[in-house]
Amino acid sequence: MRTLFRTSYQHDIRLWRHGGDVFWYGLLGVVLLLIPATLGEFYVGELGGVFIFAIAGVGLMLLTGYTGLVNLGHAAFLGIGAYTNAILLHAGVPFVVTLPAAGVVAALAGVAIGIPTLRMSGLYLAIATLAFGAIVGTVLQKWDSVTGGFDGFAVPTPTIFGWPVEGATGVYYLSLAVLVFVLWVGANVLRSPIGRAMVAIRDSEISAQSMGINLALYKTVAFAISAGMTGLAGALFAHYVRFLAPDSFDILLSIQFVTIVFVGGLGSLHGAIFGALFVRLLPQAIAMVRDDLPFGIGRMPGLEPSLFGLILVLCILFEPAGIYGRWIKTKRWFQEYPLHRRAAKRRQKTYARSERLR
Amino acid sequence: MVDAVRLLQLVINGAAAGCIYGLIALGFVLIYKATEMINFAQGDIMMLGGFFAFALIAHFGLNYWVGALLAIALTAAFGFALDALILRRVIGQPQFAVVMLTLGLGFIFRAVAGITWGYDSVGFETPFTNRTVKLDGLVLGADNLSIIVGTVLLCAVLYMFFSRTRLGVAMQASSQNQLAAYYMGIPVRTVFSLIWAISSGVAAVAAILLAPVSMIDVNMGFLGIKAFAAAVLGGFGSIPGALVGGVIVGISEQMSGYYLPAGFQEVTANVVLLGTLVLRPQGLFSDALRKRV
Amino acid sequence: MSLFHAQDISIRFGGIRAVDAVSFEVEPGEVFSIIGPNGAGKTTIFNLISRIYNPTSGRLVFNEQDITTTPAHRIASLGIARTFQNIELFANATLLQNLLIGRHCHTQASFLAQLGFLPSVRREEITHREKAEDVIAFLGLERYRDTLIANLPYGVRKVVELGRALCTEPKLLLLDEPSSGLNLEETEVMGFWIEDIKKDLGITVIMVEHDMNLVRQVSDRVMALNYGRMMALGTPAEVQSHPEVIRAYIGGEA
Repeated sequence: MRTLFRTSYQHDIRLWRHGGDVFWYGLLGVVLLLIPATLGEFYVGELGGVFIFAIAGVGLMLLTGYTGLVNLGHAAFLGIGAYTNAILLHAGVPFVVTLPAAGVVAALAGVAIGIPTLRMSGLYLAIATLAFGAIVGTVLQKWDSVTGGFDGFAVPTPTIFGWPVEGATGVYYLSLAVLVFVLWVGANVLRSPIGRAMVAIRDSEISAQSMGINLALYKTVAFAISAGMTGLAGALFAHYVRFLAPDSFDILLSIQFVTIVFVGGLGSLHGAIFGALFVRLLPQAIAMVRDDLPFGIGRMPGLEPSLFGLILVLCILFEPAGIYGRWIKTKRWFQEYPLHRRAAKRRQKTYARSERLR
Repeated sequence: MVDAVRLLQLVINGAAAGCIYGLIALGFVLIYKATEMINFAQGDIMMLGGFFAFALIAHFGLNYWVGALLAIALTAAFGFALDALILRRVIGQPQFAVVMLTLGLGFIFRAVAGITWGYDSVGFETPFTNRTVKLDGLVLGADNLSIIVGTVLLCAVLYMFFSRTRLGVAMQASSQNQLAAYYMGIPVRTVFSLIWAISSGVAAVAAILLAPVSMIDVNMGFLGIKAFAAAVLGGFGSIPGALVGGVIVGISEQMSGYYLPAGFQEVTANVVLLGTLVLRPQGLFSDALRKRV
Repeated sequence: MSLFHAQDISIRFGGIRAVDAVSFEVEPGEVFSIIGPNGAGKTTIFNLISRIYNPTSGRLVFNEQDITTTPAHRIASLGIARTFQNIELFANATLLQNLLIGRHCHTQASFLAQLGFLPSVRREEITHREKAEDVIAFLGLERYRDTLIANLPYGVRKVVELGRALCTEPKLLLLDEPSSGLNLEETEVMGFWIEDIKKDLGITVIMVEHDMNLVRQVSDRVMALNYGRMMALGTPAEVQSHPEVIRAYIGGEA
C-alpha cells in the first residue's frame, strides 16, 4: 500500500503522482506506438476509432462530468468538425490548417449553444441540447449545396507538409497524437482555476458566484473547450470513415457519447478512455460471439442495441462509478489485501436532492 | 388569400397530431412532477402499448374496445412493474443517471418489440379508419376527430380523478411534498408506481388513438422527442399545459409544412422547443422556483 | 469614513416586504452583528449585499463605491466574502480544492495560458496554495486537507466555510449564523476566531447570529431587525435592554 509523501507544492500540481505512474504510462505509450507494427490492419483501424471516440469523450467529460452540464446533442460538434475539415480540404486548404479550423468552428458552435442555455439546468438543459443536436443534424442533411446532402461527401486524404496520412495506420498515429494532446489540455484545465471553477459550478452555483466565478463566462468556456476538442475528433472522424453521410450525426451517436462518459466513469479523464473502449469494442465483441450463442440469439436482429441498453441499465443500477470506478476498487483490493474492508466498496445511501432548487 | 378550408384542415390535422404529442407529454409531466425523473422511454412505452393492442386485436381477434382496454391495462401494469422493480432503486442518484437509465431501457424495449413482433409496420382495424364525417360542407377524417375527442375525454377523466378521488389527491400530495405525504400515512412509493402506471396507460391510449392514422412500428417512440417540445412549452409542471403545448406544436408543424420551404417542417418542433427554453423557460403555464440560501 | 453603508435598502417579494428601508453603517475594523427573530430579513440583507438579490430600492456603498447594481460575481474581487447559513460548500471536492476555489478572484492568468499550463500559471498555483495553507494553519484544518467535503462532519464543514471565505482575502466578511449547529466548545472557538480575524487580520465583520453570548462576546455594535425593519442599533448592552427588542423576542402586553 503506497503512501504518498509530498514534500513540495509541485507534487500536488504535476501530472503524475509518483514514479510508478511515470513507468506504467511510459510503458503504455511504448506499447501503443508499436501496435501498428504488430497487429493487423483491422485492429489498428478499430483502435484508431477508439482514440477518436475517446477524444470526443474527453470533451464531453469536461462538460458533463466536471461542469455538470448535460449535453444530449454532442454528436452535433463531431459533425460540424468533420464537415468543416472535409469541406476546407476539398477547397485546397492544407490539413495543418483544417484540423485546428475544425476545432475552432466547433468551439464557436459550442458557444452558440452555450449562451442561450446559460440559465438552464438539469432537465431543461438536456432537452435543449437534444433539440440543438437534432437541428444541426437536419441542417447537415438539408444543406445540400455545402454538405452534399444525402449523396454524402468524399473526404480527400490529408497531407502533413507533403507526407500523406494513409490508411488505418495513418489515422491511428494521427488520432493517438491528438488524443495525447487533448488529454494534456484536459489535465491542464483540471489543475488550473478554470477546472476548479467548473467543479464549483457543478456543485453549487450560488457559492461559486460568491467566490467570484462568472457563471456565464465559465459555462460558455466549458462548452467551447468541450466542443473544440470534439471538433478535432470530428476532423479525424472524417478520415476514419472516408465518406461522410449526414445522418451519421444523430441522436443515437449522441447517446453513444453520453454512454462513454457514463459507463467509463463520470468525473475522470480515464473514464473517457474506458468508455470509448467499451462503446467501440462492444459491437466487435458481439460480432465475434454471435454465432456461438445458444437459442439462435445471435441471429436475432436488434441484438446490439439491446445489449447496449442492457449494459447501460445494469451499470446504472449496480456500478454508477463506471468502469473507472470498478478499476479503482479492484486496484485497491489488490493493494490492501488481506486488510481490505468490504464496507469501503459499499455505496452510500444517498437521498434525492431536488434539482428544482439548485 | 388564405383558403379557409385548407386552413381548417391544417388546424385539425395539427391539433390531432398535437393531441398525441400532448398525451405523451402528459405522461412525462406526471412522472416528473412526482419524482423529478425524466422518462426518456415514454415514447417507447407508447410503442409497446400499440403492439399490445395489435396483438390483442389483430392477432387474437378480440373486439376493438375490449382489446383496447385490455392493452391499456397491460401497459399500465407494465409501467407499475417498471417503477417498482427498477426505477425505485435509483432514487438518490443524480438526475443524469436516471436519464441514462431510461434511455437504456428504451433500447431494450425496442429490441424486445422487434424480436417479438418484427421490424415491419403493423396495423389493426379500428372503428375510425377510413371513415369521414360530413359537417356543413366540410369533409373531416373520423380518425383525426377521434384523436381529438378521445384526448379531451381522457383529460376530463384524469382531471376528475386527480381532483375528486382520494387516490388522485394523494398523488398530488406526494408530488408536492414526499415527507408530508408520508406523515399523512400515504404509501408514497406505491403511489409513485401507480403514477407510472397511469402514465403508461395514457401512453397506450395515445398509441391506440394514433392507430387509424399511422401504423405501429418499433421506432414510433421517437415521437417522444416532439412531445418534449409540448411538455416544455406547456411548462413542465402543468398537465393541461402539456396538452395545450402539444396542440401548438402540432399546428405549428402543419403550418410550416405548408407555408415554408421543404425541410422546415422537420425542425419545427425542435425550434419551438429551443425557442421556449431560451425565451420563457417556465413555459406558458408554470411558475419558476427559486432556492432560498 | 465608513467601510460599508446601506442606505434605505428595501426588497419586496410579491407583497412581502422582506427588508423595509433599512439603513446602517459599518466602520472599518469593527464586528457588527445583526440579530432578530426568524424571518426578520437578516439573511436577506446578506443576499442583498452579496448581490444575489436585487434591491427594489435603496443604495449599497462599499469602500466609497456604489455596488447596488454590481453583478454577484464581482463582489469577491471588490473584497466582500460571505459564508452561508446552510453551508454551500462544493461537496464533491476536497477541502483544499474548496479553499483554492476561494482564491479564484485573485486569478491573473489568461484562459490560453491555463490551457497550456504555462510557467506563469504554475507560479500562481504555488502562490494560491501558500495562501490556502496559511488559512488551513490559522483554522487548524491540516488533518482534513485532502478529505472530500462529503466525508467531513458538520462542525468541520462550518470551519471550512469560514476558511473558504478567508481565502478571498476580504476587507469585509459576512458571517451567516456561524455558530448554528455547533456545540458550546465549538461556538467558543468560533468566537475566538472571529476576534482573531478582527484583531490579527484586520477584517471587518458583519455577523448574523442567534446566540446572544457569542454576540455579546465579539460584537462592537448590534442591530436588531424585526419584520424587515430596524428596531434598535447600538452596543450589545443597549440593544439587549431595548424595550422593542425585548417585546419582539419575549412578547409584551397586548
